[in-house]
Amino acid sequence: MTGYRIKQAVRNGRKLIVADPRKIELTNYADIWLRHRPGTDIALINGLAHVILRDNLWDVEFVCERCEGFAEWSEVVEGYHPKRVEEITGVKAELIEEAAHLFSQAERASIVYAMGITQHTSGTQNVLSLANLAILTGNVGKEGAGVYPLRGQNNVQGACDMGCLPNYYPGYQLVDALESRHKFTQFWGTDLPDKPGLTLPEMMDAAYSGEIKALYIMGENPVLADPDANHVVKALKNLDFLVVQDIFLTETAELAEVVLPAVSFAEKVGTFTNTERRIQRVRKAITLRGNTQSDWETLVALANKMGHNWVYPRGPEEIMEEIARCTPSYGGINYDRLETRGLQWPCPTSDHPGTPYLHRDTFSRGKGKFHGVHHIPAAEEPDEDYPLLLTTGRNLYQFHTGSMSRRSKLERMRPEELMMMHPDTAKDYRIKDGDYVQVESRRGEVKTKTQVTDHIPPGMVFLTFHYKETPTNRLTNSARDPVCNIPELKVCAVKVKKVMN
Amino acid sequence: MVSITINGNQYSVPADYSILKAAEENGINIPTLCYEEGLTITGSCRMCVVEVKGVRKLLASCATPVTEGMEVQTESERVISARRDILRLLIANHDLRCLTCERNGDCRLQDYCYRYKVEDTPYKGDKKHYPIDTDNHFFIRDYSKCIKCGKCVSICAEVNGAHVYDFMERGFDTKVTSAFDDTLQETTCTACGMCVNVCPVGALVEKSVLWEGRPWEVKKVTTTCSYCGVGCQLKLKVKDDRIIGVTADKSGSNLGHLCAKGQFGWEYVHSQDRLTDPLIKRNGVFEKASWEEALTYVAHRLQGILQERGGQAFAGLSSAKCTNEENYLFQKFMRTVLHTNNVDHCARL
Amino acid sequence: MKEILVCGGTGCISGDSRLVHDALEQELSRQGLEAEFKLKYTGCHGFCEQGPVILVTPKDNFYCKVAPQDVPNLIHQLKEGKVYDELLYVEPTTNERILTRHDVPFYKKQQRLVLKNCGIIDPENIDDYLSSCGYKSLQKVLKLQPEQVIQEIKTSGLRGRGGGGFPTGTKWDFARKSVADNKYIICNADEGDPGAFMDRSLSEGDPHAVLEGMLIAGYAIGAQEGYIYIRAEYPLAVKRLSIAIEQAKARGYLGKNLLGSKFDFSIKIKQGAGAFVCGEETALMESIQGNRGMPRPRPPYPAVKGLWDRPSNINNVETLANVPVIMEMGSERYAQIGTEKSKGTKIFALTGKVNNTGLAEVPMGITLREVVFDIGGGVSDGKKFKAVQIGGPSGGCLTEEHLDLPIDYDSLLEAGAMMGSGGLVVMDESTCMVELARFFLSFSRHESCGKCTPCREGNTRLLEILQRIVEGNGEMEDLDRLQSLGENIIQSSLCGLGQTAPNPILSTLKYFRQEYELHVKNKVCPAGVCKALLSYKVMEDKCKACGLCKKSCPTEAITGEKKQAHKIDVSKCAQCGVCMEKCPFDAIIRG
Repeated sequence: MTGYRIKQAVRNGRKLIVADPRKIELTNYADIWLRHRPGTDIALINGLAHVILRDNLWDVEFVCERCEGFAEWSEVVEGYHPKRVEEITGVKAELIEEAAHLFSQAERASIVYAMGITQHTSGTQNVLSLANLAILTGNVGKEGAGVYPLRGQNNVQGACDMGCLPNYYPGYQLVDALESRHKFTQFWGTDLPDKPGLTLPEMMDAAYSGEIKALYIMGENPVLADPDANHVVKALKNLDFLVVQDIFLTETAELAEVVLPAVSFAEKVGTFTNTERRIQRVRKAITLRGNTQSDWETLVALANKMGHNWVYPRGPEEIMEEIARCTPSYGGINYDRLETRGLQWPCPTSDHPGTPYLHRDTFSRGKGKFHGVHHIPAAEEPDEDYPLLLTTGRNLYQFHTGSMSRRSKLERMRPEELMMMHPDTAKDYRIKDGDYVQVESRRGEVKTKTQVTDHIPPGMVFLTFHYKETPTNRLTNSARDPVCNIPELKVCAVKVKKVMN
Repeated sequence: MVSITINGNQYSVPADYSILKAAEENGINIPTLCYEEGLTITGSCRMCVVEVKGVRKLLASCATPVTEGMEVQTESERVISARRDILRLLIANHDLRCLTCERNGDCRLQDYCYRYKVEDTPYKGDKKHYPIDTDNHFFIRDYSKCIKCGKCVSICAEVNGAHVYDFMERGFDTKVTSAFDDTLQETTCTACGMCVNVCPVGALVEKSVLWEGRPWEVKKVTTTCSYCGVGCQLKLKVKDDRIIGVTADKSGSNLGHLCAKGQFGWEYVHSQDRLTDPLIKRNGVFEKASWEEALTYVAHRLQGILQERGGQAFAGLSSAKCTNEENYLFQKFMRTVLHTNNVDHCARL
Repeated sequence: MKEILVCGGTGCISGDSRLVHDALEQELSRQGLEAEFKLKYTGCHGFCEQGPVILVTPKDNFYCKVAPQDVPNLIHQLKEGKVYDELLYVEPTTNERILTRHDVPFYKKQQRLVLKNCGIIDPENIDDYLSSCGYKSLQKVLKLQPEQVIQEIKTSGLRGRGGGGFPTGTKWDFARKSVADNKYIICNADEGDPGAFMDRSLSEGDPHAVLEGMLIAGYAIGAQEGYIYIRAEYPLAVKRLSIAIEQAKARGYLGKNLLGSKFDFSIKIKQGAGAFVCGEETALMESIQGNRGMPRPRPPYPAVKGLWDRPSNINNVETLANVPVIMEMGSERYAQIGTEKSKGTKIFALTGKVNNTGLAEVPMGITLREVVFDIGGGVSDGKKFKAVQIGGPSGGCLTEEHLDLPIDYDSLLEAGAMMGSGGLVVMDESTCMVELARFFLSFSRHESCGKCTPCREGNTRLLEILQRIVEGNGEMEDLDRLQSLGENIIQSSLCGLGQTAPNPILSTLKYFRQEYELHVKNKVCPAGVCKALLSYKVMEDKCKACGLCKKSCPTEAITGEKKQAHKIDVSKCAQCGVCMEKCPFDAIIRG
């Protein structure tokens, strides 16, 4: 959908710069395509900033009035002259100059990114450098500008907003801040732990080491979705107790002691929050299947079995009322108001119209901060033993671990994994289009069919994580970004060899 | 703002409005077949023609901007005569097997024939017959019912960018189809199905709805797509407590546009693999259990670990697939019942 | 020096004028007369009926139907300073040989302003154009402000010669006032009406005048680029325009800083693939952009959003060729020609059942009678005048009662026809008006792009009804259907093609309703054209039983023994009419 809108904008005469090592469809629409090596985003972005600074194309007024940390940051960027950036990223210096000029001269420019930026050991730094670029050119806080992280799943935004994070209560209220802990202690009427919890990858490590004894998984499939799948399986098997709540008996559910059947979106009432922070209704279209019940009912029943007294006779609508009471950005949300178009948070009061874009007059932290960030190489780069770089992603017809999309007609569009490999690389390995190969990393191996295509550069291969027959995450590296613990799914080193099917 | 007169009544409307929009916003319906908000105005069906004082010919209201002092008649004798002839011409070259057509009762062509009392056509003659194309996985293409409104051509080119369709041949022989009249698999089609959703007649029909129920028996429920983070609004078509298809809903940011997953990826809901009962693994084998049994079992196990190890022994993974309300309760459960902040979900993946 | 001007227009070329030219060249060289006679291969002289034609200056002796074998005699006479009588034009009524071109009736009433160079200059030689005041108008214009140029055109009263008759100056003014980074001048040379060839002849005979018109238009509206959209079926015109563009570039009439001014202009040729609808301006622009040639709704008008979404001005060849003429002679003098609302001249392509077919440029306001009878020399074969079809398939037919109608935009529209691009087809008593309407409809049906419903579906139905009528299967309701459907198609179609396609039906229905009714009610075609309604009969008293008819009948429908009157078996007869032609005794009649 985002692609549609970008393509429409290009057709209406807007300019497009695509930075992607892969020849994605949008590169056909791009005025400039920066085909950088995976894992060199910071260098590329700093290079763009360097040119913008050097040629005096930055928004002096915006930077002076609304930002801080400029001086320190500019010293960092100083070192990223285009020639050096070309060496790191493989993008021609002239192209970097051209892109920097195009971007900085736009009246309004947006930056749209997804997991290609975040799933790196330098994920946080990557995002910061994009933010630097946006504030340097004054492209924040106005319509048609801004930095847009694209959410991969329908309610990632909502799950974060609701506090399904180890360090936040709902509405990003810190668990280790006294004030908010006090607020929630009172609101929920019970004592609360005072330290931030473990992130998902840390949980897996803790389960592996035995610190975590019980894991409750509601609607996730880490066996296929998480990096270094062999490690994940060992960790899950090491638990004392695993309960999984899902609509299918997933690869993860199979390892559980108890599986609780859940309901699909078509059978439930509630809300999802999309990537533009718009809270929208989910409506019940069909009755419950078999002997199932809604996830919220299961949670309420379990809490009450464990001695609590949760009562929501009016169901999800009433839960939303509770959310609104404890979550300032959702303060003005109620089901009646969501009936037609949904509302974009922050929406603090019931007469607030919602907020289409953020940081209009001031940033949430006050001033926009420049963070000087340096290029950090990926944790595992190709070497003699594992000479190819594996990057992972998705295809249009499948979704995530395929548990939904593979059980629909979409399956017929792409029924199996097709590892992309450049014709030159394929020639070196004597691999033809349609051949089967074994892909091996330091952590595991998988078998896949090959698609020989120039959509990816030589020396690189591309796999999705949709197919249980080719569980790509057995290969990926669980090395993580030190700040937010996102694993480096976008870069690892592999080797391939041709096999018989 | 300009002031115009429609059917004798004066209205004040923004200067960049078309006559069609001005009429619509003031509760005056003008029939259209090829007009679709957001797509290029082709002005091709000519159903929306109106009479404007001082202009010799009738004007397509979708394509004509309002001007100050304009006097418009939307249902004058001349207008109705033209519309009736357009309808007679269309049905003269249209497969009129309405009895079993999936769009029977939900068809613009039918509606307008009724509205303008066009019972039959005097223009009997050559009629185009094309075999129904059933080759693609998701929908049929029955071009004997196509009225060449061109909306599928536009939406595919202007929204998706796939440019699958165009007009082939000329004049009476014109056919809307894919390049070289190939099956859609041979084209750049991404199976977004938007062409199906804009088709005003029964030329493009989802396979999943074929023979499943008449339009008036099908309930349409507006909801949010279950796949990615864009949160497209769509309508689930439900018959006898089963989803049979999806159609566009224009209330959301997606403006009624969808991708293959939203449009055709819903069948997992009715998969035979759906879990229907709680399962408890005993001796390595899952056994069906009642909710009471399963929840008691889980509560007991959790309670035991809680007493023995405290909250730090727990972790919970919530879901980006679940609702806000469920996510809220999940973290509340982890924090207040299991006394741990070890709660996360796949945002990091 | 005397000039021998051999017509190199498409019509004369098909009559082997190239061979005539080459023969002349050889003969002049053989006799060493190159210094005495300058031989030129020119554009069309207009009198195509008499081709190949040759004009010899300075006395303008006009030679007709010249064949290569005539060349030695011709040169012989010319060398002696004499006139070669044998090849002079013969006035058919008086049998008198006419010495000079301006005394030939076909040219007498013409006013050749736009065609002044056609047939005179060598179109492939820019010097020839320059020596007849070529590019003088451009030089004049570059010293004026663009607004002044537009004012000149407005004062001249010039209206579009392509059909619509929209005031050219006003059109330019719209385009001038649109603000954009680039604008375009488009020359519409996609002349598609059957029987019309004025734009072709102009492009072939005086290509620089077209370029000069575009340059002036470009300067006036502020465009830097021009396109000539021309049908690929006009290879000679394409060739000569291409040569002209190259020559103009080389001489600095195209390119940057033209003639020392700040005005830049370039011209590209885009060849069309012969779709009639691409003569419609929006379809034409789509076609230039590489899209399917289909019209789009207006507004936005091309002056606001045209080619590549930039303001564009489209004029046809003849309109643009008028521009240098106006600038040269002055708008006020130009405006004295013609009628109150239709100024200047109009070129007509005179075809059909008329003695003198060809191209004639006449002042607006001339009567139809003058064109058909004085210039055209009347109906051929001594038959009776029946009607003229003006404006091709989009136009309508006019009858005897309109012969004294002054030809201008408005009176033609009023009478149910239109100027169109200037096709003028003369019909005599042997033309069936129903069949005529059917013919034009089948053209329009074939050329419909298929975009809008009324034109795509409606024209097919009109044609089907006409087909029924000429086949003798019509019913009276069909006449009402033709009328009401025709009117609705005109009212509701998207572009000019659909909005005019039923005109031939409506005007023939109006003026020749009785002929339709005879087809429907009596199953008779009074003109004897519609085969299905014909039957042949042998009149026994006249038949001499010679057997010629029997021998010639392709379907063996005629029987009869010696000395016995012959008979035609109607069930076998294919109504071909061969028997009637062959019968030496006029014993076979058609009825």
